Amino acid sequence: MNRAEIQKSFVELVRAHARIQDSSVITESSLLVDDLKVNSTRFVDIILEAEDRFKIEVGDDDMKRFERVGDAVDFIYERTVNA
Amino acid sequence: MDRVVITGMGVVAPNAIGLDAFRIALCQGRSGLAFVPQMKELDFGCHVAGIPPLSEESTESYLGPLMRTTNSTMRYAAVAAIDCWRDSGLSMPPSDSAVDWNTAAIIGSSLAGMETAGELVVPETNAGRVRKLGSSAIERVMASCASACVSGILGLGGPTTTNSSACGTGAEAIVNAYWMIREDRIDRVLAGSTEPSSVYAWAGLDSLRVTMRKCNDRPQSAARPLSASAGGLVPSGGAGILMLESLASARSRGARIYAEILGGHSNSGGQRNGGSITAANPEGIVRCVQQSLEVAKVKPSELDYINGHLTGTAGDPKEIRCLSNALDRRLGDMPWINSTKSLIGHGLAASGSMESVATILQLVHGFLHPSLNCEDFHPEISELQPRVPQVSLSAPVRIALKTSFGFGDVNSCVIFRRWDEE
Repeated sequence: MNRAEIQKSFVELVRAHARIQDSSVITESSLLVDDLKVNSTRFVDIILEAEDRFKIEVGDDDMKRFERVGDAVDFIYERTVNA
Repeated sequence: MDRVVITGMGVVAPNAIGLDAFRIALCQGRSGLAFVPQMKELDFGCHVAGIPPLSEESTESYLGPLMRTTNSTMRYAAVAAIDCWRDSGLSMPPSDSAVDWNTAAIIGSSLAGMETAGELVVPETNAGRVRKLGSSAIERVMASCASACVSGILGLGGPTTTNSSACGTGAEAIVNAYWMIREDRIDRVLAGSTEPSSVYAWAGLDSLRVTMRKCNDRPQSAARPLSASAGGLVPSGGAGILMLESLASARSRGARIYAEILGGHSNSGGQRNGGSITAANPEGIVRCVQQSLEVAKVKPSELDYINGHLTGTAGDPKEIRCLSNALDRRLGDMPWINSTKSLIGHGLAASGSMESVATILQLVHGFLHPSLNCEDFHPEISELQPRVPQVSLSAPVRIALKTSFGFGDVNSCVIFRRWDEE
């Protein structure tokens, strides 16, 4: 997957957990909890689903990379490119 | 000390979902028990259970995305609580509403998280996949999963808790809520109980051989309270939720009132005098009934109807003798008595609340539902037979006693009076 494909797929994944559903307001700089209103309790579910969807592993220290859409897409892209 | 009234009810039962459907099912004597293939496949002795016919589609219309993070314990309670809330004339709050500081929730359960423990937590943990459990495993396995779920949906700010006293749980929740309002601690309490439909919840009872094993080919004949051929309980799941409210609060908002709770009491037989973890000390039951009457200021002769605990086990004749002793009324002179478990099985912790809803519906609509499958009445209590309706009866019952007993030798009784405008 190229980065754009990862971005599209990740936004789709996030939307299933976000109260903000309008794709047009979900940008690379959107914060999952503060901007997209993802329930903070469900944050870990997004990471688990990303692990399954992109065949990657997200360690405890990497979780901060998932706070912002663009950072998460970068992280997933790095891991899939280097896999 | 204010009076306590019931202003709303909701029910998810094996034979019906919702008040109107439940009233009709009771009146028609419709059984909600069915053959459960999974119980046969897993080599249970009993292959019959009562599973509420709550569809995913219907549940989703109540819970929306919350569906993903709930189990049947929570779903039954949430659907019954939302129905109860609306039935009491209150509108559903949006998810960002102000907190309702004047409403509490006491929603009991006994085996609350067993379904999630059995299907998810135990197998995943044993397979070394703890990190894959996800965010909702803990909220589905904790004892207070249902009260927490309901409180979050409705934005309740009063005490939110889960009581647990085995099969006495539902009636105990109502007794506890009654005292909270009587003592002017809160205006309203959503009170009741819930229990999952899960083989993991029922396995221990099957192993104990207290489940019915002789009617696997005749599911609707399996629950046989008061009969000579009663051979054990039939497990079931479900929930019943009641809105208990101070009379002042109900009147101030013009709420419709179904019934008044005149009194109630909970106790334990201390596992003495024949009592044990699974059997009741007769003195405990007698004292519980008598103290309920005392609180309610009701004479035994004023009771019109008893909704018994009556499980379809060897305990039924013992319960009847205790009730007779407590009321000092001989069997042929007892109030009307029936067993809702003959229709919906034994909902365990959920039984007391589902059966309280059944009790109040009978008071309000002036009928008694049939106690099924006791044509061969138990010979030890044969004098009682004329007091047990075997077909639906029209009966202007006004004051009812609900009894519930549970493992641990615990007892809870509630006395309801039909509301007649004063």
